[in-house]
Amino acid sequence: MNFNFTEDQLLMKEEVKKLLDKENSVKRNRNILEGEEKFDKELWNQLVQMGLTATTIPEEYGGIGMGFLELCVIAEELGRGIAPVPFSSSVYLATTAILNSSNEDVKKEFLPKLASGESIGTFAHSEKTTFPSESGISVAAKSGKISGKKVAVPDGDIANFALVSATSGKNKIGLYLVDLSADGVEIDSLETFDPSRSHADVSFKNTPAQELSADAWEDIEKLLDQSAVLFAFEQVGGAEAAMNQAKDYAMGRYAFGRAIASFQAIKHKVADMYISLQLARSNCYYGAWALSNDAPELPTAAATARVSATKAFYECSKENIQTHGGMGATWEFDCHLFYRRARLLSSNIGSQGIWKDKLITSLEKSNSPT
Amino acid sequence: MDFNDTKDEAKFRDEVSSWLSANADKKEHAKDIYRPAEMSGESESGESSALKDAKAWQAKKYDAGWACLHWPKDYGGRDAAPMERVIWGQEESKFKVPGGFFEIGQGMAGPVLMLYATEEQKKRYLPPMAKGEEIWCQLFSEPGAGSDLAGIKTKAELDGDTWTINGQKVWTSGAHYSDYGIIVTRSDFSAPKHKGLTYFFLDMKSPGVEVRPIKQITGGANFNEVYFTDVKIPDSQRLGEVGDGWKVSLTTLMNERLAVGDASGVDFQEIFELAKDQDFNGDTAISNGAVREKLADWYCEQSGLKYTKMRNISALSQGSTPGPEASITKIVSANKLQDIANYGMDLMDNASIARDEETAIFQGSLLGAPLIRIAGGTDEVLKNIIAEQVLGMPQDIRVDKNVPFNEIPTGSKN
Repeated sequence: MNFNFTEDQLLMKEEVKKLLDKENSVKRNRNILEGEEKFDKELWNQLVQMGLTATTIPEEYGGIGMGFLELCVIAEELGRGIAPVPFSSSVYLATTAILNSSNEDVKKEFLPKLASGESIGTFAHSEKTTFPSESGISVAAKSGKISGKKVAVPDGDIANFALVSATSGKNKIGLYLVDLSADGVEIDSLETFDPSRSHADVSFKNTPAQELSADAWEDIEKLLDQSAVLFAFEQVGGAEAAMNQAKDYAMGRYAFGRAIASFQAIKHKVADMYISLQLARSNCYYGAWALSNDAPELPTAAATARVSATKAFYECSKENIQTHGGMGATWEFDCHLFYRRARLLSSNIGSQGIWKDKLITSLEKSNSPT
Repeated sequence: MDFNDTKDEAKFRDEVSSWLSANADKKEHAKDIYRPAEMSGESESGESSALKDAKAWQAKKYDAGWACLHWPKDYGGRDAAPMERVIWGQEESKFKVPGGFFEIGQGMAGPVLMLYATEEQKKRYLPPMAKGEEIWCQLFSEPGAGSDLAGIKTKAELDGDTWTINGQKVWTSGAHYSDYGIIVTRSDFSAPKHKGLTYFFLDMKSPGVEVRPIKQITGGANFNEVYFTDVKIPDSQRLGEVGDGWKVSLTTLMNERLAVGDASGVDFQEIFELAKDQDFNGDTAISNGAVREKLADWYCEQSGLKYTKMRNISALSQGSTPGPEASITKIVSANKLQDIANYGMDLMDNASIARDEETAIFQGSLLGAPLIRIAGGTDEVLKNIIAEQVLGMPQDIRVDKNVPFNEIPTGSKN
């Protein structure tokens, strides 16, 4: 068996890591966080030039024709570098949604532009305070027009187009493709907990919308499961970065005449981070297997990966601050950049309560021994 | 990213599976485990029945070449690759077969003998160990030295070619049915603690060896105190140089950590089933959000452990050395066992008080878990190991490292 990535995939991972290290992705995160720009265009272009936005797009649509496993290792490195770019919205969400659809015209029109980085897409789903259930969608589509408001759309003020969930007038939820520069679109950038990733409220008023599917709730659930695995790899990358920061700081910081890393309380704290990280990583690998094989186990595997990765990133990012002492809670130190990203990734596609419930539901449904 | 056997692995698996199917009964479901003829928990009669069955099964495997697979053929094994060993374990676990008496010998004493014993000794002791004819115990911990193994003080004095041993060991699992034991002693009390140790193996039936069972909170008595009063060990049974016992002990401990696996008892499946059946405030427990959240957390831990093991096996299959991830196994597993058992009894509420068929596995797990968190490396020591050996953080200050052993403070007792 080979329950690991291939040598080629690991090489790709190395290349992405090298690029993000060279470009000092963490410093760029801070620049976006502190500044007025919505994302780091220079870094985005570098990722595009490396072909990363084309990863899962078949060659016939201008892509590289690789798969989800490659995307997993890319995601881990983007997470480690807390990259301030709209990659997850455009690639994990928008590109995957279009790849999943059977609409050839949409694929021919949008995939090449997504591959080349010319077009940035996103997924607009949330409307109120909690992540939507099937009955919680009120944005409505009718006769090719869409109206209503989506809140906290990731990269809502960056993307060229969005895939939008809306009622399709038949007691069902449909999926619509909307050009964000079209009539009736109002975009309100938000001030958020993690300003390194831009979010906006997006309102539609009789905006032209192309129907991808009139009955899309199951497709949406699947898209969320697929992206959950990819986000989980980001979370594991970020958690590992935070854990290593804590360890490195403790090795160099002296108190009571010796490195604080030699005190058991600190060692046990870092060991606890390591434990949560390894559990999450192993669950992510299973998620990667299920994702790349489009396995029936995907709902369980995705929920497991997300729940354990969310836990690991929270633990590692907060205890990283703790290990740094007072300096850890200063704006100047990088600890809070990871703490903020950990929180964002905890809520962006539904929080722990929702995914833990989904996990148990998937086990109840499968009815087979674990 | 796949779980498929290579061609060679599949062939080996078939061979293993055929032999097992022809020689043992398959489990009908995961909990259809072997039970000895006299089922009485840990009582003496239950154990001898189990021991008899275990020896018979081990001998059967040995005669067919399926015991201690990775050992050299000369010593009773078949020179199997690590992955073959894994495949054997996976297949055997599908059958209703006894076990549990030979791990210390085969897992710890065997490897140490292979490194330090003479060829003659290896040929004499390893085959019967592999066959289950002779059982070994590990005489390490003492009342004054558990986590601090180098702090032991069972005394070894040399006169000519014979050593005389005086002292006491504790927590010695299986000493009451063991034929031989590996033992670390102190041969020099004036040297710093790590430098005055010497390691031997001995016949547990030697005059002067007295085994006294210790009753555990589970009600059983699987481990013992072992008293040594002028016990004689020939110098030929010394393993490693005089004063080099620490090095030999480290080898043993390394193998112990590999041998100790998942804690057994209640796991996710049991609490999941219980929650589906159990009433909670007028509805099933599993319909309650708080219950679902806790279940999800445990599922993630169980799954994380399962796939951590797979990552290790994968490395073996690919011919590389597994990473250090498995160091998390016992800590996570034992704590999960304790918490699931405790929570299950919460759900059962008043019904959890009586000991009966429903509650037995939860009660047993809650009583067994504390010892698992302590034995084979405590939670705290294992976390030190993760921090120091896996992550490279420095050791704590040792106030006794270079001090003559007989000058080290030991507290008011001892």
